[in-house]
Amino acid sequence: MVGGVASGLAQRFGVEANLIRLGFALVSLGGGTGLALYVAAWLIIPRQGSDESVLRRAVARPGTVRLLAGLVTAVLAVLLLLAAVRLGFAAPFAWPLSVAAAALVLVWRGADDEERTFLRELLDQAPVVGRTPVRRARWTTAARILAGVVLLVIGLGVLSAFPHPTVSVLRLAVAVNVVIVGILMIFGPWWLRLARDLADERRERVRTEERANVAAAVHDSVLQTLALIQRSAADPREVTRLARAQERELRAWLFEGRPPGSFDAARVSSVAEAVAVIEADVEADHGVAVDTVVVGDCPLTDDLRALLAAGREAVVNAAKWSGAPSASLFVEVESEQVSVFVRDRGAGFDPEAVNGDRRGIAESIRGRMARHGGTAAVRSVRGQGTEVELVMPRAGNRS
Amino acid sequence: MSTPRVRVFLVDDHHLFLSGVRAELGESVEVVGDADEVAAAVELIGERHPDVVLVDVHMPDGGGRAVIESVLARHPDVRFLALSVSDAAEDVIGVIRAGARGYVTKTISGPELTDAITRVAEGDAVFSPRLAGFVLDAFAADPGVTGGSAPTFDPELDQLTPREREVLRLIARGYAYKEVARELSISVKTVESHVSAVLRKLQLSSRHQLTRWATERRLL
Repeated sequence: MVGGVASGLAQRFGVEANLIRLGFALVSLGGGTGLALYVAAWLIIPRQGSDESVLRRAVARPGTVRLLAGLVTAVLAVLLLLAAVRLGFAAPFAWPLSVAAAALVLVWRGADDEERTFLRELLDQAPVVGRTPVRRARWTTAARILAGVVLLVIGLGVLSAFPHPTVSVLRLAVAVNVVIVGILMIFGPWWLRLARDLADERRERVRTEERANVAAAVHDSVLQTLALIQRSAADPREVTRLARAQERELRAWLFEGRPPGSFDAARVSSVAEAVAVIEADVEADHGVAVDTVVVGDCPLTDDLRALLAAGREAVVNAAKWSGAPSASLFVEVESEQVSVFVRDRGAGFDPEAVNGDRRGIAESIRGRMARHGGTAAVRSVRGQGTEVELVMPRAGNRS
Repeated sequence: MSTPRVRVFLVDDHHLFLSGVRAELGESVEVVGDADEVAAAVELIGERHPDVVLVDVHMPDGGGRAVIESVLARHPDVRFLALSVSDAAEDVIGVIRAGARGYVTKTISGPELTDAITRVAEGDAVFSPRLAGFVLDAFAADPGVTGGSAPTFDPELDQLTPREREVLRLIARGYAYKEVARELSISVKTVESHVSAVLRKLQLSSRHQLTRWATERRLL
């Protein structure tokens, strides 16, 4: 009902789900072992339709190990306290309990968004630990802590009398569970808040990454266009043309989800057509002549789109950084592979000493090629120019 | 001026371009005349006998090809360098097969153009990156694949050697002859002889594709 473990197991083994739940409940009476088992199953068995178990997701996230260490020390502290008041016999229950607690944390850390929403709703509904309207907050908190302390005292009282013959094993088990409920009442909300903070932190990280992607795209299109507009401020027609082109590109990005720099599938279907687009775009945007030579042609595939996007980036780099009035773009389509060569006779640079903020070569070119199974090589000599060589195999297209 | 300057004749139907080229060439060569139509060009070239004729590929009344064919019929020692903004492969291959010793695009810089003219005057071939690409394309497909049966196929003329292919690839990538030589560890003279061999094949090959291939650019 919480983690879906019982129904999952029931489905797997063809048994009634409630039967399994009953089984878990019975084992739990023996001191929390059933609870530990339940949570362990929750952790290790991947959810239906997902190929990753909760545990793997949890461990893959930073901070989990640190959090676990903190929890384990807290549990150990409680055990020490119990031992101090001559309650050392609680140790046999401590292991299942601490394992269950640690595992619950893992469950929370590894839960995907859907599971997390479900867990949160579940907790919010609980009368003691859930969120309460503000004006009732103080009263409920007081009542909750009072109830928790009462339960703790009763439970510990029974437990401390354990060696006494009048205390049966059944009573002992009940007492243990009473202690657990008491602890939950006192500390539950705090743990919940901790979990919420962790979730917030994760959301923030996702947001930061997304912002970085958007910044890269905006840099590639809008900022460059603005720089070009400043440079051609004296020419109103050119400014209008640039602004209109940028507007088109932005619209395509925002409303059609086509990131800047990609090729319009409806307009461009072959390598030679895409190369013509690159030539025209770079010449128009950067005022640098692109001497284009295309040998052979073939329809565009995803890999070849990536190859040409990387090639475009190389041509733009040549236009922006080399200072040369022209750049050469040579594209050859062969039956096994497609090669792109971009060459300029400009300033050149030391590929080893490229600035960290010039991401073009590392990400737009090398990364893009590697992701699609291609290779990229950059040769550059200061004062003599640069040549970028890109090769993309034509997978499954041997003729 | 101890060495005699190369005598150049210009043929182009764009007057702006004619004056532009004159200005760019400056004193490095001697421009002995120009013409803006085919008939006048043929007549004037016959009179002034230049070393090199710079000829536009695209002109009314048959274009550069007509000029080259009429002049070469009577003056086989005049050399032609084709010049164009055109991208049409069949036109470019056409003027080369008519007898031009090279092809450069109009975006070429002044010094590069002077260099090309000198080269042609010395009897070498001048391949721009674009021409190299056209030739690679024309000679790329296996003979007989695109053109059906090729009864007159001659491997000597109808196929490029691997080395010639390498040289053309580097030229297509924007390498100058000197850079091609360094890259392949051969002399500039060897590069020139490879390019001349390619030019000869281009002019003499009876490959079906060379005249027809532009309409059936292969889609691999």
